[in-house]
Amino acid sequence: MTTDTLKIADKTFKSRLFTGTGKFSSANKMREAIIASESELVTVALKRVDLENESDDMLVHLNGNQINLLPNTSGVRTAKEAVFAAELAREALQTNWIKLEIHPDPKYLLPDPIETLKAAETLVKLGFVVMPYIHADPVLCKRLEDVGVQCVMPLGAPIGSNKGIKTLEFLEIIIEQSNVPVIVDAGIGAPSHAAFAMELGADAVLVNTAIAVSQNPVDMGIAFKMAVEAGRIAYNAKLAPIKNQAEASSPLTSFLNDLN
Amino acid sequence: MSFKNTFEKYDWDTLEKEIYEVTSQDVEKVFLKEKIDLEDFKKLISPAATPFIEQMAQRSNTITKKRFGNTIQMYIPMYLSNECQNICTYCGFSMDNGIRRKTLSDTEILKEVEHIKKLGYNHILLVTGEANKTVGVSYLKHAIDLIRSQFSNISIEVQPLDQEEYETLISAGLYAVLVYQETYHKATYKTHHPKGRKSNFDYRLDTPDRLGKAGIHKIGLGALFGLEDWRVDSFYTALHLKYLQKTYWKTKYSISFPRLRPHQGGLDPKVEMTDTDLVQLICAYRLLDEDVELSLSTRESETFRNHGIHLGITSISAESKTNPGGYSVEPESLEQFEISDNRTTKQIKQMIQSQGYEVVWKDWFSI
Repeated sequence: MTTDTLKIADKTFKSRLFTGTGKFSSANKMREAIIASESELVTVALKRVDLENESDDMLVHLNGNQINLLPNTSGVRTAKEAVFAAELAREALQTNWIKLEIHPDPKYLLPDPIETLKAAETLVKLGFVVMPYIHADPVLCKRLEDVGVQCVMPLGAPIGSNKGIKTLEFLEIIIEQSNVPVIVDAGIGAPSHAAFAMELGADAVLVNTAIAVSQNPVDMGIAFKMAVEAGRIAYNAKLAPIKNQAEASSPLTSFLNDLN
Repeated sequence: MSFKNTFEKYDWDTLEKEIYEVTSQDVEKVFLKEKIDLEDFKKLISPAATPFIEQMAQRSNTITKKRFGNTIQMYIPMYLSNECQNICTYCGFSMDNGIRRKTLSDTEILKEVEHIKKLGYNHILLVTGEANKTVGVSYLKHAIDLIRSQFSNISIEVQPLDQEEYETLISAGLYAVLVYQETYHKATYKTHHPKGRKSNFDYRLDTPDRLGKAGIHKIGLGALFGLEDWRVDSFYTALHLKYLQKTYWKTKYSISFPRLRPHQGGLDPKVEMTDTDLVQLICAYRLLDEDVELSLSTRESETFRNHGIHLGITSISAESKTNPGGYSVEPESLEQFEISDNRTTKQIKQMIQSQGYEVVWKDWFSI
C-alpha cells in the first residue's frame, strides 16, 4: 500500500479521522480517547474555552499531544458573528484554521447556508483556512469552493443524531464533483457508518458524539480509527460492483446461440 | 398573534379530565413511538404513567446523553434587590411582607461578583423583584454593563418587560431571560397575585413572545408547583414551549421545576408535588423534547439532585443565596426562600464528577 495521506492547506494528515472535544465525562477521558483514535485534528468550541484562563482544563489536556486544534464557531447565528468569533479564535489559539458552523437553529443545529457562504468568503479573504459545516448540498459545495474554502464538511445526518449516512444520494454527487476534500461531519454514530462514508470516497470523517458518549470512549476511538482505515483501503482497492439482478438460470436469449 | 391565541383554544377543566382519564394501555402505546408529541406528553404526565417511571427514566437518560453528552452546566443566581411592588401570596419578597428592603449598589454588586468568581462561575443569573423605579431597565442595563467583562453568560429573572426594553438589554450583552407563568390557571393566578403589575395575567403570558421578537438567545419557562395541579400546569408549559419553538426558531429554551419552598409568611401548597411526580415530569419533558435544557435549582434536596443529573437535567446551580448581598455583603439578611441543598460549589462539583459527568463552567461567549 502506498502512503495515502490527506492534505488540507499546509497540513498533511496520516489519519482521516477528525474528532471533537464535546460531551466527554471528563477532560482526561477526552484526551485518552483522542490519543487512542490517533486523530490529528480535533475541533474545539470556542465558547467552551476559557481564554483568560491559562489552565483551561480542555486546552491543558490537549496540549503537547501532536494534535492540531480546530476551533469552531458553534453558537453564532450570523456571518458577522462568525467572523468575529474566528478572529477571536485565531488570536487566542494561534491558528488560522476555523471550522465554520453557523446554526441559527439551536434545536437541530442545522447550518444556515446563506450566512455560511457569506462568512466563508470573508474569512478566506482574511487568510483563514475555512472548513465549513453545511448541508449535503452539491451546489452549495461548489459555491463554497468558488470562494476558496479548503474543504467542505457536509452532514451525514443531523448533528448528534448518530443516525448514519442519511444524505447518501447527495454525498455521492458532492464527492463526485468536489475539487476540495470532502469531510463527512455529523450524524456518524457507529464505526460502520464511518467505514461506509470512506468507502463512498469521502476524504475524511469527523466524529464526536459517538466516541464521547460511548460507555468506553477509548475503545470506541480505536474502533473508529480502524473503521476509517478499512473504509479508505476498500475505497482505494475499488469495491466489487454490486449486482442488482441475479443471473437468470433460464436465460431468455440463449436461443440465439442455437440460431447461429 | 401571540401565545394567547393558542392558550385560549384550551380549557383547563377539559385538560384535567383528559389527563386523569389516561389508561396504562394509552401509556404503553406512547413507548412504541419514536417521536413524542403533546398528546403523548399528556399521557406521560398522567397518574397512569407513574408505574412506568423507570422506563421513562432510562429513555430520558439515553436521549439526554446523546444530545448533551456527559456534562452538567453550572450557574449561580445573584439577587440584586428584594424591593417589590407586587403581592404574591407565596413569595418572601411580597410587598406586604415587613422585611427590610435592599438594592445593591455598584460597589456591593462588584463585591458579590468577586465572591462568585472565586467559586469558579462563568454563567450568572441576576434576580430582582418588581420595582420599576428602583430596579427598572436602566438599573438592569447598568448592572449588566458593570459585570459583563467578568461573565461569559448573563441571564435575568426579573419583572416582565416590553420588547424594546429587552432589545436594550440584549444589546448590552443579555443572553437569557427566565420568566415563569407561575400558573396557567387564570383564576388561581389572580388569587395569588392580587396587587401590582404582576396581577396582569395576559401581559405575563405574552412575555416570551416579546422576548422572541426581541431576538433573545434563550427563554426559560416554568410553572411554580404548588399553586395548582402540576400536571395541567405542565401541559400548558409544554404547549407554550412548542408554540415558541415553532414561532421563534432561533431561540433556545429551558424549563425549570420550582416547587414551593418555605419562607417567612409562607403558603402551604394547594396541590402537593411528590418527588416521584417531579421525576416523572422531568423525564416526560425529555421524551417530548430532546434539546430543551432542563434545570434543577438548590430548592431540591441533596439526594434528589444527586440522582437528578441522570434523569435528564442539564444544568444546576449550587451554593445559591436568595437574598440581595447574600454571598458577602449581607449574608444574614432575609432570603426569598430557604434553599434545600446547602452543599458548597466544590462539593457539588465533586458529586457531579464522581458520577461520571464533566462540570461545564463556560459554554458561551458574548459578542
